[in-house]
Amino acid sequence: MRSEEFKNPEQELYRFRQRVAVAGVAVLIAFVLLFARFFYLQVVKHEYYRTRAEDNRISLVPVVPNRGLIVDRNGIVLARNYSAYTLEITPSKVKDLDALIDELATLVDIQPRDRKRFRKLLEESKNFESLPIRTRLTDEEVARFVAQRYRFPGADIKARLFRQYPLGEVASHAIGYIGRVNDRDLERIEREEQEANYRGTEHFGKTGLEQRYEFDLHGRSGFEQVEVDAGGRAVRVLERMPPIPGNNLTLTLDVKLQEVAEKAFGERRGALVAIEPATGGILALVSMPGYDPNLFVDGIDPQNWDLLNNSPDKPMVNRALNGAYPPGSTFKPFMALAALTLGKRTPQQAIADPGYFVFGGHRFRDDKVGGHGMVDMYKSIVHSCDTYYYVLANDMGIDNIAKFMRQLGFGSRTGIDIDGESEGVLPSQEWKKKRFKKPEQQKWYAGETISIGIGQGYNAYTPIQLAQATAALANNGVMYRPHLVRYVENSRTGERRMIEPEPLRTVPLKPEHVEIIKQAMVGVNKEGTGARAFAGAEYVAAGKTGTAQVFSLKGEKYHEGRVKEELRDHALFIAFAPADNPRIALAVLVENGGFGAQAAAPIARQVFDYYLLGKLPKGAAPVDEAGGDGD
Amino acid sequence: MTAINLRELWRRLVDPIDPVLFGLLAVLLVYALMVLASATNDFIGRFYSQLVNLGVALAVMRVAAQIPPQRLMHLALPVYIGGLLLLVAVALFGDVSKGARRWLNLGFARIQPSEIMKIAMPLMLAWYFQKREALLRWKDYVIAVAILAVPVLLIAKQPDLGTAILVLASGFFVIFLAGLSWKLILPVAVAGVIGIGALVAFEGEICQPEVKWPLLKDYQKHRVCTLLDPGSDPLGKGFHTIQSTIAVGSGGVLGKGWFKGTQTHLEFLPERHTDFIFAVLSEEFGLVGNAFLLILYALFIGRALMIAANAPTLFSRLLGGSISLIFFTYAFVNMGMVSGILPVVGVPLPFVSYGGTALVTLMLGVGILMSINRHRMLVQK
Repeated sequence: MRSEEFKNPEQELYRFRQRVAVAGVAVLIAFVLLFARFFYLQVVKHEYYRTRAEDNRISLVPVVPNRGLIVDRNGIVLARNYSAYTLEITPSKVKDLDALIDELATLVDIQPRDRKRFRKLLEESKNFESLPIRTRLTDEEVARFVAQRYRFPGADIKARLFRQYPLGEVASHAIGYIGRVNDRDLERIEREEQEANYRGTEHFGKTGLEQRYEFDLHGRSGFEQVEVDAGGRAVRVLERMPPIPGNNLTLTLDVKLQEVAEKAFGERRGALVAIEPATGGILALVSMPGYDPNLFVDGIDPQNWDLLNNSPDKPMVNRALNGAYPPGSTFKPFMALAALTLGKRTPQQAIADPGYFVFGGHRFRDDKVGGHGMVDMYKSIVHSCDTYYYVLANDMGIDNIAKFMRQLGFGSRTGIDIDGESEGVLPSQEWKKKRFKKPEQQKWYAGETISIGIGQGYNAYTPIQLAQATAALANNGVMYRPHLVRYVENSRTGERRMIEPEPLRTVPLKPEHVEIIKQAMVGVNKEGTGARAFAGAEYVAAGKTGTAQVFSLKGEKYHEGRVKEELRDHALFIAFAPADNPRIALAVLVENGGFGAQAAAPIARQVFDYYLLGKLPKGAAPVDEAGGDGD
Repeated sequence: MTAINLRELWRRLVDPIDPVLFGLLAVLLVYALMVLASATNDFIGRFYSQLVNLGVALAVMRVAAQIPPQRLMHLALPVYIGGLLLLVAVALFGDVSKGARRWLNLGFARIQPSEIMKIAMPLMLAWYFQKREALLRWKDYVIAVAILAVPVLLIAKQPDLGTAILVLASGFFVIFLAGLSWKLILPVAVAGVIGIGALVAFEGEICQPEVKWPLLKDYQKHRVCTLLDPGSDPLGKGFHTIQSTIAVGSGGVLGKGWFKGTQTHLEFLPERHTDFIFAVLSEEFGLVGNAFLLILYALFIGRALMIAANAPTLFSRLLGGSISLIFFTYAFVNMGMVSGILPVVGVPLPFVSYGGTALVTLMLGVGILMSINRHRMLVQK
């Protein structure tokens, strides 16, 4: 073994201090180097950098790309761009804004609402951008301003691209809208590392497809190196990197069908989701009332904003994705399917229905006084017998129900390509434990299972979940992720990125069980609760009506005239057609519509008639081109 | 009576705090807050939240100053191993954001384990050398390099070049101060200079988009290339460097004045309150302001090195020395990148940049230095 070098502490300390001294000298040298660099930049090259800082803001101008188009499955344009002149003011260059606007008003028509909107933009904006006081100037107005431009430092005319939604309110909740970039959007841009690309961009998708596909639709910014005069106006372009326009979206949505569906609602509130069962492609996504997305494009004025936000009809809420409603009797076919699959019932097994079911001293009533007599599975669906399902729910138990329904997508986000979808509530023992804090509320009581069987109780699902489950049933258990975009198309090369149908899962169902349920649902429209709505149909449709109680009036103020309507039940209907080879499956919900058979089923009938036969409802014109002028 | 109690309380509170180090730090912090006020002008909430961060960081410093170095020694191995395991966990289950896997979601909080390594690394290496003090051989340096390399590679893989550099530096300082032979240091230094020289000379060829660089991600290559030629991507990656250089240069000798920087307030400076805050300082306070900051840092680091040089044990010497030099590394890398002589890596300006995590880590370092100083005196007593 080699002898270890003996270390003298004194000597070691000496060496350490030597090293520290070396390090100290290195630090000093590095700092002197930095100082030299600062000296070079701040003294030697100061003039150069001073000039660059001076003309910095104007020398390099980003060129915003054309935003991609959105078209429906047949190529009808839902969102496009047009270019128009705007009159803009850069507030940081102006001393007295009001005086300037008053002056401008002598040349250009400026309404009080323009001023209000400008004020709102001013509050939201960062200090140094230019903001529009008037958009869509006429040629004459442009000419008048240009002739007198010298009088208005800080104001200028700009050619800008505007987003336009030619169909106005139609499909507004699916398409969404764009608005001016705000702090939250900036965060998303930063997260995606798109700061450079968005340097000149003023608009950003806020909701719907415009939001989800923002980075597809936006494109790549180009830039221009421009020479500017003392007033900051571009004199000539030195160098140009053209922008790359955004990608176009082609949807699975059929906008004509969408319009038929929206018209069928009339003035009523509600939602409808129609899905192509074999692909998960969404054919129509209705949430009524809608709103005019054109209002948002160049900043909505406060008046319209209040109108939309404070309306008791809540037009800004996407009911199809964010409304959670008890499914009522539309839940019964799924309950029956669960019973067959889990072996809890045979189709022939019948009960004698006295018109109620007693459990724990409480009497659960059927709609029909005196009951339906002997009821087997077929009859329970066709005539919507409640007692049958009270008993069934009790026999199955809450966790069995929850486990089965979860597979059909109840209580989970469907994954549709729009952000912010709600989960709904799939009640189970576990759910209740999580939902409530107090131990006595956390316990699940067997009595609570009873009304789950008829789609009441804690049950709450979004219309899109209901439509997805219906499509899954129509498709014999094969489930696809619902989606609105069929393909994303590169606007220059025409190259398409298909959004392939994405199989979520195959629910393990026996074909003979599915057939029994389908036959019963055909029976509903032939001889049951849906028969009236589907009288004389030239195709075979399967359906189920539903009526869901609204019981949330505790503690709310009494509003005369409104309360009565708000107390009314929600009307529901699920359906698919043709029954033997379903091309369309849907769920309809009419808020406070009363009976599902009366309010919701006829809407489904009109949608099917149009989609399967091309038949328009009486008195309806083909796709109208009503622009979204708003008010 | 209460007066006496309060005085006693105050005495206990400030007792472990080194007045010289803290005095310099206080001046630095006041200066930093002035700059931050300007940088966060239109987002004043950030200024207040930095005040909160500062309070937390000072508390951490005070607590660390209380812990005797011997106690820290016992912590070295567990903290290092814990940090290493967390880094492995990040590599396996970390959250991905902005294309990098840096965060670990613990359910109740998200942590960035690489931050722990900034302190754990010098602790561990100082502990190791202390343990082997009497019989140090070349083999020990090899082991030390391994202790250093594993976490650094894990962090560089995330990828987080800025933190990797800081951890690498902190470990290297310990090894250097422990007496690594010059024969080994000099060749590496020479190779580094030649490598950087070659990079500058052949920039045209190797920055072509087809050329892939070994070990580095595309965005890292991009950063080096934009440093060499910022004009190649004026709106993208080069934007930071171009704009910050303009800010520094346009500041001149005396600066444009507090709150008067046009680059800052016209929003041409990206990340002006975080990594690029030095550009704000430069623009508004000019060469004079820069010199003042450099002098403050130099004095602060000088004092810290003195504490290390006078420490009683090898462990506290190495730890103190490494921490002192880490402050320098932060400052040098940050000011270098803002003034355009180093590539843009995510390293904040120490004690000045907005951000709680870095501030807490730095103050922890200050606290350890104070503890080393105080316990030297205690030993002498």
